[in-house]
Amino acid sequence: MIRYVLAFALSLTAASAQAEIDIQEITSPGGIDAWLVEEDSIPFVAIEIIFDGGASLDDPAKRGATNLMMALLEEGSGDLDARGFQEAREALAASYGFSAYDDSVSVSAVFLTENRDEAAALLRDALVDPRFDDDAIERVRAQVQSMLRSDAQDPNSIASATFDAAAFGDHPYGSSLDGTAETVAAITRDDLIAAHTNALVQGRVYVGAAGDISADELGVLIDDLIGDLPMEGPDLPDRVEFGLEGGTTVVPYDTPQSVALFGHEGIERDDENFFAAYLLNEILGGSGLESRLMHEVREKRGLTYGVYSYLVPKDLSTMYLGQVASGNATIAEAIEVVRAEWAKMASEGVTAQELDAAKTYLTGAYPLRFDGNAEIAGILVGMQAQDLPTEYIAGRNDLVNAVTLEEVNQMAAELLDPDGLHFVVVGQPEGLE
Amino acid sequence: MRFLAAALALWAGSSLAEEVTTFQLDNGMDVVVIEDHRAPVVVHMLWYRAGSADEPVGSSGVAHYLEHLLFKATETVESGEFQRVVAENGGSDNAFTSYDYTGYFQRVAADRLPLMMQYEADRMNNLVLTEEDIRTELGVILEERNQRTENSPNALAREQMRAAQFLNHRYGVPIIGWKHEMEELDMQDALSFYDIYYSPNNAILVVAGDVEPDEVLALAEKYYGPLPAEPNLPERFRTQEPPQIAERRLIFEDPRVAQPYISRSYIAPERDEGAQEEAAALTYLADLLGGSPFTSALGIALQFETNTAVYAGAYYDGLNLDDGTFGLTVVPAEGVSLQDAEDAMDAAIAAFLEEGIDPARMEALRTQLKASEIYARDNVGGIARRYGAALTSGLTVDDVQAWPEILQAVTAEDVLAAAERVLDRDQSVTGWVIPSREVLQ
Repeated sequence: MIRYVLAFALSLTAASAQAEIDIQEITSPGGIDAWLVEEDSIPFVAIEIIFDGGASLDDPAKRGATNLMMALLEEGSGDLDARGFQEAREALAASYGFSAYDDSVSVSAVFLTENRDEAAALLRDALVDPRFDDDAIERVRAQVQSMLRSDAQDPNSIASATFDAAAFGDHPYGSSLDGTAETVAAITRDDLIAAHTNALVQGRVYVGAAGDISADELGVLIDDLIGDLPMEGPDLPDRVEFGLEGGTTVVPYDTPQSVALFGHEGIERDDENFFAAYLLNEILGGSGLESRLMHEVREKRGLTYGVYSYLVPKDLSTMYLGQVASGNATIAEAIEVVRAEWAKMASEGVTAQELDAAKTYLTGAYPLRFDGNAEIAGILVGMQAQDLPTEYIAGRNDLVNAVTLEEVNQMAAELLDPDGLHFVVVGQPEGLE
Repeated sequence: MRFLAAALALWAGSSLAEEVTTFQLDNGMDVVVIEDHRAPVVVHMLWYRAGSADEPVGSSGVAHYLEHLLFKATETVESGEFQRVVAENGGSDNAFTSYDYTGYFQRVAADRLPLMMQYEADRMNNLVLTEEDIRTELGVILEERNQRTENSPNALAREQMRAAQFLNHRYGVPIIGWKHEMEELDMQDALSFYDIYYSPNNAILVVAGDVEPDEVLALAEKYYGPLPAEPNLPERFRTQEPPQIAERRLIFEDPRVAQPYISRSYIAPERDEGAQEEAAALTYLADLLGGSPFTSALGIALQFETNTAVYAGAYYDGLNLDDGTFGLTVVPAEGVSLQDAEDAMDAAIAAFLEEGIDPARMEALRTQLKASEIYARDNVGGIARRYGAALTSGLTVDDVQAWPEILQAVTAEDVLAAAERVLDRDQSVTGWVIPSREVLQ
């Protein structure tokens, strides 16, 4: 769920007077809550639905079942087989996306106003009445197996898999939600039905919509879409401690450029000092302003095309991660610079000037994120999943601006742990073991 | 200054309108303004009609290298200052290089537009490079090549395929450059490309968002107007392809390849000024042959009716200055040989040409293309890119605005006729991408 968390964390940063977003909080006739931004200048609507739970609900012996299940929702439902379903969708020019993450599964859809009812009815069947036909299962299973083979040879995927396994062991976070060749081969149709019942749970749903639809119309549409899903699901997994200590792990792989993934424990999203950490990271390794890492490793030394760090507050644990890639001959130097910058900021903190620049950037960037129906729907659903009120948008600028230099530097001392940083390096790095 | 046209492009079959105004400054710079007043945001893009295919022989990668160097100092601006100013104003920025163009853009609150123009106009003429910039940025682009290409067997295979596809045209040379030529790039290479091509009469300004055309024109006059036109700007000419009369085949072997596959490309015409019909037909052909796995000819034949492939697709993009490619990719299912998969692909193409096209499929594609115009209006940055890419690829504003209707007018006969012309093995390259020759045993 790294990508989703990151996208959301960015969208939380701050508000500005320019973000004139009028959010309607609605409850459908059937009792489902949703947030809506009505905007009728373009005749379509974007809908984002998130169900808490996600691939962490997998049975370890059937790891990958939630992911395979989500991939099969577009492969036939109701009276339609896979091809029939897709022909119907194409005729409506609607688009549906189904994704699995560690902590959630998501459904994204866009419907034209002119055929919204038909497009919603088709999506409803995919969510509530998927067929899981045997031929579709085998076809998609083969696609997943092909992807797993590719990941096993991809330096970035190898680095993630190695890092996660070392950090989280047997917890679901310790393995890829795609599963392994063995567990994916073991998944049966019954397992997929169980994964569907477990993951698409009405009691764990969040809905956001933006575009050409009224509150009343949206209420009816949501009831149609998800009103027939089960109310409750199985217990969520326990929390897990980040279990990796400082050091370096080299995974030998014959490729010219070494890829390094590094990190240590992070900070909870609902920590009262989260914004201090967020500003701190923006200065150290964020992607908006030129970060210290980017300045030192790329601009000054030309050792990499990109180096970044990012907070990863997952539902059941936290990480503070970063990544850098450099030729096999220079990766050791790049890593040394990253460690030195980590240590320097931990001991010396940031300057008032850096903090001001980061605040200006984060507060100014916020309104620019509300730039399309799908983006707005995604922000709305993300805010609900984080239990934030609609007023959050208007007040967030002030919260960012209220963070003091002392708070950021205290956070730097507490959060940044140069000795605790663990680097997983995939390649043929010279001078590293 | 001449006022060229204020076009209100009406999209066929709906009341949607995309308000586009065009100007040309006295120094020859083209200006395109696209209005979208939903949010107080503007996208400011400057496109140069100069890409990797315009580079001198032996200096591959210099267009992209220069793109990086444009973020360094000018006579009055510090290195990195423009990017910092964009970020401090809450904006985002980036740049891109392609075969036919190099572009720079910023996305900011609409009232920051003058600031963006001030910096962008400054770096068109006033770049001051140091040997330190040249050295470190060369390291950066070599690491970029490492990341995008050297570390990716699929990218290396694509490079070899294109080199084989183009016998005489610069499209056969990678945008980022051949590594051995990149390593030799220097200050002089960068500056001579800069001096000639970074000129107002070789540039297109695209401004999209919450702006009024009159205000944009006044600002463009103020900031870009004083820049002198380049009198020696050469006519844009690339060495052209001779008739391609022999099929090429290659085997790309790399132990990092996890999943063997087949890639086929054919030389294919691009969208031309006033003549986009063939390209429109090829756009349908790519969708009909290999768009959706569920409804395309290759998808149905290789993934549904037989278990030959885990993936089969076709692609075509007509936005180039010169002839481009039409491509096919097939990833065989486990246990299926590359030869059997390729034979099945060719049999499916032959059957498609033989059996004709289901009118319902044509209609479904027309509907989707129509709808994609509605969805596209949600992203004004995407609309801006359309104009920039088209105008640097030999098309006009009229061509961009005519394109949706030309797509709607394509018939099944047009598609089959275009397929007969383009799907000619003598003009093709077929690549087998494998981990080792053992898989061929």
